Amino acid sequence: MCYSDRYEMVCGVEVHVEMATKTKIFCGCSTEFGGEQNTHVCPVCLGLPGVLPVLNKEVVNLAIKAGLALNCDIAEFSKFDRKNYYYPDLPKNYQTSQFDLPICKKGWLEINVDGEKRIIGITRAHMEEDAGKLVHSGATITTSDHSFVDYNRTGVPLLEIVSEPDMRSEDEVIAYLEQLVQIIDYCGISDCKMEQGSVRFDVNLSLRPIGSKELGTRTETKNLNSFTSVRHCMEYELERQADCLDDGEKIIQETRTWDEGKGITLSLRSKEEAHDYRYFPEPDLLPIVIDREWVENIRKTLPELPAQKRSRLVDLGLSEYDADVIISSKQMVKYFDEANEYFDDIKILANWITGDLSGFLKSSSIGFEKCPISPKQLAGLLILLKKGDISGKIAKQVMEEMYNTSKDAEIIVKEKGLVQISDEGAINGIIEGIIMANPKSVEDFNAGKEKAIGFLVGQVMKATKGQANPGLVNKLLKEQLSK
Amino acid sequence: MGIFLKSLNEMHQMLVNREISSLELTKAYLKSIHNKEPQINAFISINDEFALKKAVEIDGKISSGEEIGVLAGIPMALKDNMCTEGINTTCGSKMLENFNPPYNATVTQRLYEQGAVLVGKLNMDEFAMGSSTENSGFFTTKNPWNKERVPGGSSGGSAASVAGGEVPYSLGSDTGGSIRQPAGFCGVVGLKPTYGAVSRYGLVAFASSLDQIGPLTRDVRDNAEVLNAIAGYDSKDSTSIYFDKPNYTQFLQNDVKGLKIGVPEEFFAQGLDPDVEKIIKKAIKTLEELGAEVGTCSLPHMEYAMPTYYIIAPAECSSNLARYDGVSYGLRNPAEDMIEMYKKTRAAGFGQEVKRRIMLGTYALSSGYYDAYYLNAQKVRTLIKQDFDKVFEKFDVLVSPTTPNIAYKFGDKSDPISMYLGDVYTIPVNLAGLPGISIPAGFVDGMPVGLQLISKHFNEGILYKTAYTFEQNTDFHKSCTGLLEEV
Repeated sequence: MCYSDRYEMVCGVEVHVEMATKTKIFCGCSTEFGGEQNTHVCPVCLGLPGVLPVLNKEVVNLAIKAGLALNCDIAEFSKFDRKNYYYPDLPKNYQTSQFDLPICKKGWLEINVDGEKRIIGITRAHMEEDAGKLVHSGATITTSDHSFVDYNRTGVPLLEIVSEPDMRSEDEVIAYLEQLVQIIDYCGISDCKMEQGSVRFDVNLSLRPIGSKELGTRTETKNLNSFTSVRHCMEYELERQADCLDDGEKIIQETRTWDEGKGITLSLRSKEEAHDYRYFPEPDLLPIVIDREWVENIRKTLPELPAQKRSRLVDLGLSEYDADVIISSKQMVKYFDEANEYFDDIKILANWITGDLSGFLKSSSIGFEKCPISPKQLAGLLILLKKGDISGKIAKQVMEEMYNTSKDAEIIVKEKGLVQISDEGAINGIIEGIIMANPKSVEDFNAGKEKAIGFLVGQVMKATKGQANPGLVNKLLKEQLSK
Repeated sequence: MGIFLKSLNEMHQMLVNREISSLELTKAYLKSIHNKEPQINAFISINDEFALKKAVEIDGKISSGEEIGVLAGIPMALKDNMCTEGINTTCGSKMLENFNPPYNATVTQRLYEQGAVLVGKLNMDEFAMGSSTENSGFFTTKNPWNKERVPGGSSGGSAASVAGGEVPYSLGSDTGGSIRQPAGFCGVVGLKPTYGAVSRYGLVAFASSLDQIGPLTRDVRDNAEVLNAIAGYDSKDSTSIYFDKPNYTQFLQNDVKGLKIGVPEEFFAQGLDPDVEKIIKKAIKTLEELGAEVGTCSLPHMEYAMPTYYIIAPAECSSNLARYDGVSYGLRNPAEDMIEMYKKTRAAGFGQEVKRRIMLGTYALSSGYYDAYYLNAQKVRTLIKQDFDKVFEKFDVLVSPTTPNIAYKFGDKSDPISMYLGDVYTIPVNLAGLPGISIPAGFVDGMPVGLQLISKHFNEGILYKTAYTFEQNTDFHKSCTGLLEEV
């Protein structure tokens, strides 16, 4: 039985995004993913005695950019604070984060679920440092005989984006997250590689009887790393909470964790066991003062955001479906825009990019950024098609060849002699032969069977290996037959 | 005149004139250290080999005719909370007994670049928490003037080594008086620079918003020479301030005519030893006779300085010392699980005073208490700063005793509160981030008395000028002659 016939869900999410800076937030170490364990480290990110943090200005730039893209107010005065808790992946046993004066506040995003538009509030977005990675000998830290720490990730800059509890269905949550990640990706705030943990989600969920205004007790499930996990986790957790409420039990306010393998959430710690983080202003860093000029300079670097791009494409005549497909990936949009510079019929362009080309890329599991056909090359192919130099069928063949060899369309067409035959004399010569060889069809046509011409056109095309211009063949055949 | 009485400039001239080599000078000081250490115990580690190698290197530069700085080839020692690459930096704690830093503090680096010869690392109260060096995790250091008395702290080793003629100068760190108080107790010159004037990078943090490194020397000129080498903006310390750094020796003028000296009445209130008061009043009289204009003034919020400090400093320390958990360096006491390992390690690695302050600070920052303690303390801190700002509208320099009493006997201040009260005149200066200096001003019962001078931010120059004038017209700074005799 689904919870939604008795209860309304209330959901807010926190999204942790690893920012795409070259170096860490407080030192010069590389932020690159992977690398041999404990090689992207220095005394500062290892938190050795005596070291001090120096803020990477690029982190602030990216945070401002994200804030602007998410319609936030950018704080003129903001500061870092220390969040104190003990954990072996945190070398200083405090995380330098932002508490009461975050850099971005009061933003929003518009989502669209089944044609219904809703505004989801963004409470805040703040900068902080990532922790290291624990490698346990057993399943968890408590059941392990020993654990190792890899500090490569320690100090990678994070942006934590906190939403208002504005979402009322799983679909809304997913729509919000997809939209948010898309914007972060578009703006280059993060590489958004979810499989590498570049984006992580914490989901706050509660239920209340339908019609009730009061919020129910919530649980927070931490560290989900894909949209699918978020959806499955919500489905499980909502049913669990609904079962509890149905049985007259109280929901315990607690932090939970998602067991991907078992498909269940598990209690991590209750409110009573919750950490007292003892936040206080970071004395090793100065407050961050951001003047309007700084903000305006960053605003100038904002790219066209997905929603803007979508409406522009629709205005230009694309279907909403095609527009959605194209904006769904930053790489596809980039590819589309570049090809569009050389070829301006966006409907044809969209068809070929979302159709055949996407198909090729999908079957070889690569993205548009690594497409063997450059945007300019694709445009070259489509120009030939539009001019009538090649037919659609030939264009598909040429594209496959281009995909495999990265050669230009013109070259392939020339090498293989695929240029469409538009020479009336040449076509008429072939037509004459076909008429001679197929008296029956000619008879049928003359007897009023219009369909017979189709067979004859097919024969001409066959004789020219598909290179004859089909429109022209049709026209010339009719002329000859009516002589 | 024996080598141990020479000033930095005199030694520099001898080196340049090849009257002595750095190797000879370094050997002489190392010999002095080895002879005196059994009585003084100022050093946690002595690095003969490292020092001799460095001395030979400098001698090479001299003989090749290279120009050398004033500090080049001259021995010195650092408080053991300043990181030295390849040389253990213990912070006076069992927790870091075997900690060998992979990097140099900025001050270490700057002194090395000047050619300074590091002979060893100096004893201190554990993590700079204490006022007598009795809280060292290893051993106590004796006051060279009287071995039954404490040298002060937390930079006790830094003060005792200079007073005892083991090194011509040292660096200490001052969070609530930890340079000035031991300088006062040992009869040497100790400067706490303006917060932000000297980089804290590589100084093992006690209380980040208060800590500052400074020189301890035998006279004011030496002090200015060492400050020249270590002061100045450092991009590795976000709280270091870019300022137009002067050559501090330019302020060494025998002239206080027209200088406006303020005497804050709160610094002469209850608790001040009458004999110390007499010495300080006499020193003020001396300055007045030399042409300074002396007037009294008031810093009304001074009575709150001590409680304010004992909230802010422990709060910061509770967070700064959280990293000593046995996970990746320092002491580790194995246990069945991680939490137990944390507990056993920290129980064994930290001493009483450190634990006390971690608990105080953790409490002050706890949910429900933060506003009442930490937030209020920060507000009072602002009021204290404003008190100073107001007084400095009228006065150039403030004078006070460095401490209410002379150096006490070991064990005399075992009650923490009575020890804390010994820093009552120095703590407000840290809270306001101001520069302060302690210079020898006389004796009570054969023990030195320190005179504290305080000035506006980045006005170390006026402190040096006042101190230098006082020094030129008195002989107190020469009184330790007996302690410095050659060995």
